[in-house]
Amino acid sequence: MSAPRRRRTDPTAPDFDELLAAKEILVLCGSGGVGKTSVAAATGLVAATRLGAKVLVLTVDPARRLATALGLEALGNRAHRVPDDVLTRVGLEPRGELWAAQLDTKQSWDDLVLSNARDEEQAYRILENRLYHNLTARFVQSHDYIAMERLHAVHATGEFDLIVVDTPPTRNAIDFLEAPRRMAEFFGGRLLRWLTLPYRAGGRRATRVVNVASRPFYQVADRLLGGKFLQDIAEFFLEFQSMYDGFVERATAVERLLHDRRTTFAVVTTLEAAPLHEAERFCKELVARDFHLGAMVLNKTLPDFFLDADGQTAAEACLERADAISAELADAAPASAELADPVRTARVLRTVAESFQNFAVVAKREAELRNELARVPDVVVRVPMLDAEVTDVEALAAIGRHLVGTIRP
Amino acid sequence: MSGVGLLDRRLLLFTGKGGVGKTTMAAATALLAAEHGKRVLLVEVDAKGDLTAQFERAPVGFTPREVHPGILAMAMDTEASLQEYLKLNLRVPVIGRLGPLARVFDFVATAAPGVKEILTIGKICWEVRESINGRADHDIVIVDAAASGHVVAQLGAADAIQELVDVGPIRTQTGWMSDILRDPALTAVNVVTTPEEMPVTETIELVARLRADVDVPLGTVVVNRVLPELFTRADEATFDALRDDAALERLTELAGPGVTHVVDGARLAVSLRRTRAVHLERLRAEVDLPLVYVPYLFVRTHGLRVARMVADALDQELSS
Repeated sequence: MSAPRRRRTDPTAPDFDELLAAKEILVLCGSGGVGKTSVAAATGLVAATRLGAKVLVLTVDPARRLATALGLEALGNRAHRVPDDVLTRVGLEPRGELWAAQLDTKQSWDDLVLSNARDEEQAYRILENRLYHNLTARFVQSHDYIAMERLHAVHATGEFDLIVVDTPPTRNAIDFLEAPRRMAEFFGGRLLRWLTLPYRAGGRRATRVVNVASRPFYQVADRLLGGKFLQDIAEFFLEFQSMYDGFVERATAVERLLHDRRTTFAVVTTLEAAPLHEAERFCKELVARDFHLGAMVLNKTLPDFFLDADGQTAAEACLERADAISAELADAAPASAELADPVRTARVLRTVAESFQNFAVVAKREAELRNELARVPDVVVRVPMLDAEVTDVEALAAIGRHLVGTIRP
Repeated sequence: MSGVGLLDRRLLLFTGKGGVGKTTMAAATALLAAEHGKRVLLVEVDAKGDLTAQFERAPVGFTPREVHPGILAMAMDTEASLQEYLKLNLRVPVIGRLGPLARVFDFVATAAPGVKEILTIGKICWEVRESINGRADHDIVIVDAAASGHVVAQLGAADAIQELVDVGPIRTQTGWMSDILRDPALTAVNVVTTPEEMPVTETIELVARLRADVDVPLGTVVVNRVLPELFTRADEATFDALRDDAALERLTELAGPGVTHVVDGARLAVSLRRTRAVHLERLRAEVDLPLVYVPYLFVRTHGLRVARMVADALDQELSS
């Protein structure tokens, strides 16, 4: 039994490489541990070699191993070009250019503040605020936002034909899509004005003037957090508010870019219950929010031969007739010395057959989950579990070949 | 296990990289605890509804509900936690007028780091204290905790908030939380991992960070999805001999044409096991915590049956 590799609802729908050729931004998303970073790097490799594109892989994971694999000392906030010989060494022809960068959240935030602040003095007042430090360094949401902001900045340079983004391991995968809008709301919201109003009325570092509407809030908040803390918050936001216009403009632009027809999303998942559940939810949300859902990548799947009927028959034969088969093998001429002991050979045969049956159970589960996929994009590609781990360019190239289908999985 | 047995503690947290099986481990440990006669409160911190799915149940809310005999489950909700806190501690007179607070809450909590974390860990610690004082319907609190990075912030929130907030009840009331979290007789933070490169690297880093940044007692490292070793060295030589062209041809005659798939499958299993063994070695060398191994489950289903199987595996490991 061999499941179809792609399921197409639209015969004119593109293949994965056609998708890459047609788009300028590919955002990869999926839950933790499904192999997003590897798929992102492999996609970059495909685009730089097969399509001859100048491509940037923007990753958010601390991927030291990936950096090493790509022949880079480390992936910094700045984009580094992957040396051509890294590709030629594994027989790939670098017709384009492969670049890679890793998102440094703190650095990106600092850059953003420096470029948006009224003057240097204000910038440093913000950069040294303890709330600023906490907000930018520790919050997942700020990570999401800055990833999208960085994407926008890189795209705006027009330097790359394609940018592949490996999204942050967000707890709720949808969060980062909301990040630009939330950030705009956050800095421009009426709540913020309402919260900082008493401070503004009294001037900076002056006594708070609380109006009737906000009094109950402040009563509780003071008892809970202490007045000083609230004042810190207010001061921080008063500083930030002066950069409001710049921020909202950027956030809106980022959001527009994500919805642009040049941007597409690919959901990466394994065929395990929890990640798949998450992936399906993600597909649904993307469609509901009018984002372009370009592809689904089923990663680390078991090879189809585990579902082969002949394989199953042979496994049963090995189990049932292990002794007889082993005796035959021992008698065969020229018998290998390792096959001379029929007891040992029988034990090995049983182990081999049992292992096949074990993996066949998992392969069946995967096939069932695959067939049950409710709402999938036009392009569905499968990348089988590789023999070796993805630690080098060769392995990335192997993933890349599966993505574009030059090797049938 | 050295010292106090895992299930004799009051608070067990399960953290680790995304996708390694934290939820399954928390659910399986809850099953195990319930079987040992404990009344369990199972807390899902990043509410996705996956935790109750382990018991074939619909998602739960902030109010605990029984999902299995002896197991109550609840989903963390920081806003509900704040309201409960206000009700219990401040006796805020006019709850109806808290409207603006509810609206501003999310906003302030985002702006003021540590607030959401303290409400999460505070609620957990409160449930532990209630159980110690015999005022709760549970004896042990088991937490399906946040992933690696975030859990450090949560566990360290009590200390962090003391740096940020100068006065107020939150500051004065974080001391007892630290007492619970630091007591090795009460608390154990367990890290779940799989024998793969990134999860192992993250585990090594997380253990170091937990030790350096937050002073919490560490329990075990649970290594999930460990593939079986198929052959002894001698048997592997025989397996290699079977893959020889002539032998494979003969084997095809004897067992049928599909036998190459069977042999290929075993070869894949051997190489998967081998690449993972390297990471297991690294984990053993760099983490000086008890390691508990849970085998890869070759099953078709998920849900309660899987939680049950994992619980059995854990039981064997913990009692050995």
